[in-house]
Amino acid sequence: MAKTMNPIDAQARKLDTAKVRQARNTGVILICLSVLVAYVFAFGTSGGDAVFRLSRPNDPWAAPNLVVPAMAFSYIAAAVLAFLGARQFMRGGVKWTGLSMGFGLLLAVAAFLVWATAGKSFSLTGMLQATVVRAVPIALGGLAGVLSERVAVVNIAIEGMLLAGAFTGALVGSLLGGFGGLAAAVAVGGLFGFILAALVVTYRVDQIIAGVVINLFVLGVTSYVSSQVYQEFRFLNNAPVFRPVRIPFLSDLPVIGPVFFQQNIFVYGAFIMVCVATYYLFYTRSGLRARAVGEHPQAADTLGINVYRTRYINVTVAGMVAGFGGAWFTLGSVGRFDEGMTNGLGYIGLAAMIVGRWHPFGALMAALVFGFADSMQQKLALLQTPIPSEFLAMAPYIATIILVAGLVGRARPPAADGQAYIKE
Amino acid sequence: MEVELRNITKRFGEVVANDDVNLTIRAGEVLGLLGENGAGKSTLMNVLSGLYTADEGEILINGKPVDFKGPGDSISAGIGMVHQHFMLIPVFTVAENVILGVEPTGKIDYLDLKKARLQVREINQKYGLEVDPDELIENLPVGIQQRVEIIKVLFRSADVIIFDEPTAVLTPQEVTEFFEIVKSLRDTGKAIVFITHKLHEILDISDRISVLRRGQIVGEGDPQTTTQTELAEMMVGRPVSFNVDKEPYAPADVLLDIEDLTVLRENDDVAVDGINLKVHSGEIVGVAGVQGNGQSSLIEALTGLTRVAGGTVKFNGQNITHASTRARHRMGIAHIPEDRQRMGMIADFSIAENMVLDTYYDDRFSKHRVINWPKAYKNSARVAADYDVRMTSVHDAAGNLSGGNQQKMVVARELSRETMFLIAAQPTRGLDVGSIEYIHSRIINARDEGDGVLFVSSELDEIMALSDRVVVMFEGRIVAEFDATTHPLDKNTIGLAMAGAVA
Repeated sequence: MAKTMNPIDAQARKLDTAKVRQARNTGVILICLSVLVAYVFAFGTSGGDAVFRLSRPNDPWAAPNLVVPAMAFSYIAAAVLAFLGARQFMRGGVKWTGLSMGFGLLLAVAAFLVWATAGKSFSLTGMLQATVVRAVPIALGGLAGVLSERVAVVNIAIEGMLLAGAFTGALVGSLLGGFGGLAAAVAVGGLFGFILAALVVTYRVDQIIAGVVINLFVLGVTSYVSSQVYQEFRFLNNAPVFRPVRIPFLSDLPVIGPVFFQQNIFVYGAFIMVCVATYYLFYTRSGLRARAVGEHPQAADTLGINVYRTRYINVTVAGMVAGFGGAWFTLGSVGRFDEGMTNGLGYIGLAAMIVGRWHPFGALMAALVFGFADSMQQKLALLQTPIPSEFLAMAPYIATIILVAGLVGRARPPAADGQAYIKE
Repeated sequence: MEVELRNITKRFGEVVANDDVNLTIRAGEVLGLLGENGAGKSTLMNVLSGLYTADEGEILINGKPVDFKGPGDSISAGIGMVHQHFMLIPVFTVAENVILGVEPTGKIDYLDLKKARLQVREINQKYGLEVDPDELIENLPVGIQQRVEIIKVLFRSADVIIFDEPTAVLTPQEVTEFFEIVKSLRDTGKAIVFITHKLHEILDISDRISVLRRGQIVGEGDPQTTTQTELAEMMVGRPVSFNVDKEPYAPADVLLDIEDLTVLRENDDVAVDGINLKVHSGEIVGVAGVQGNGQSSLIEALTGLTRVAGGTVKFNGQNITHASTRARHRMGIAHIPEDRQRMGMIADFSIAENMVLDTYYDDRFSKHRVINWPKAYKNSARVAADYDVRMTSVHDAAGNLSGGNQQKMVVARELSRETMFLIAAQPTRGLDVGSIEYIHSRIINARDEGDGVLFVSSELDEIMALSDRVVVMFEGRIVAEFDATTHPLDKNTIGLAMAGAVA
């Protein structure tokens, strides 16, 4: 329909209200942000410079600190935001809506950071490094979601798979060491993936219910064990932690080095898995078949593709990815398991998948945004801003809501997502 | 290559879909397989394409028995099927759809799309099909999508190509082009099976005709000598009349008055684009058009199922543009919806329950918000008998009725009360000839009693048979209007208008 509307251009433009409405809304939001930045950040600032540290003093190629005059920056940011907002109401504003919004939000966040740091100093590199670390479980959860939803299995159970991975990682890690724990976490994640596949593919249990069942089961079992058994046998919950591995040469680069190349195997693993998954889904025969199963299982079936087997394999692998991500909570950070320690990050992973439009890289990018919100709230708590820390702790969840609400209508899930396939 | 189906029997539970069927398919020949919906044509071909396994009988290729365990086996034996509902993935490109299942690959499972594109272009050239391998399926018109299905089959080097109701979704012009393609395929030595229930098509294209009724082959025909009437009789099992009798055209006052009606789809695309139309009492206005040109949205807007973006709808002088569905219903507007399974009935409810879906709240059936079921049962039984709904009891689940009887039940519910206007969408889609005749007579009956009727159909024959006036919808607008009472309708002209070719 959209393609064939040229003969009635005038009419079409008049009726093209949705896009115009969206452009206007974006404009309003940008102008509100501009006002916020001008009043709160620029007037409210204590003045002085915001100092962002980029390197530690003993780094081989230390980059100088980034010094930003707080007041001036806020005014410039407000002006740019106002300009971008006003542009949305002019002719052609429709064209750049997405980009303006993205840039505007970035600018607003930057202005916020400058305001919070004004008169103090703050390690930007440290925050970015934490961003990447905190994005890992979300990215892996999102990736697990991508892998299973691409074959049309909605995977609410990611939360449970993460938790199971965290628990198993700690338990087996305490007994057999880090790599043993990691392998066990992956295996248990895969097991739950297989169970989910069995429930929804073979027994056609409603996919949401099956996922919730797994989540509750894992939560129940791990909470029981950690509160009852671990109290007595503490050595079972004392696993080694994977230390950061420095990549020679690259890790010495300023900013980029510490952020990307002085991390532990979970970070590297997440990046590698995202690349492999992208190659698999979009450049291989099996990936094409998997996507076909997610879009139109009946068509795949008539072409001799085994729909059930494809779903089993992909969901199981998704479980293994989530299990690996789960191990991050224990083997990748604190070395011990706490009740319910995944704290809903599995669900945020699902949000990352949606925001990332069911693409592994998209999910990773979205996860980095969530990770950024998370690490920012942590660092800001140290800066003693007037904003209460409880409020700051909401940042990742608020970011989720904003991103999902803003994008969800436009993203298109696999056509058969959530539906069982019944072979005739 | 010669394929022989020998004594094929296929049962689904109690139902015998194919009963001892024998059929031979030969290279360089078009075999027309004629039968009503539910006669077992598709089942038979699904057996041949490996989707079903026959309970009895065997398939022989060049005299040797074969055993298909799945579609893969049938494909590698050289049998390709173009399904009635296309098996294409809308978000994939043409090339991706073509290669799916038999992909050219490089190292580490790498998908060689470059090679795929080349191969698609080769097939394009060889058979004169012009399809861009890089276009997404969802951007292609239905006629081209069908070519993609053909390329898919050819890509798997099929020698036998089965077309299941291939013309159902095509415009008359696309049908002509399609027949050219089929003939050129035949001339290159492919064996073609052409499944349809349309008599004139089967005579046009076939070299040999087999007629299937209730799962059995009931006759064979030579297209040179057989007539439509003979074939129809074989297909239905009794003489069929093609003409519908109706009273002379005597329109009275304007009942439905649509002005500048604009309706948007969910994604804000324009579905109905400023339509003006008047329907008088005592006339039938047929809305012709290829599916997806805004007809469904028009019906939804008129029945209050979707929001109107612009313009007005007046009924009997009252503005009902934003009236609720129930308000419209109470004004005497009856609605036979497009998809009876999804919108017309609740399959798990009994026939009696379905019959009062629209009137259960009425004083006739409820008192103090309690439904008087005995009364409802009695009424349902009477109405069902009136409308020839064949059932064992009104307590049966509606989903157990045959398609024709389900539709008759919907028609019965809608027309058995006091009505002034009937809105019908694809009222006979997928029904057998007997039910079609019956439902047509009911629609005409409503008109003869002074109701206004607006109906949508993508079957040109139906439009021609029923309408006093015809409007053609294309891309959300009315592009042509024909008055059957002044000039006889011309199929070709309407067909051209349906394809958007208007002078």
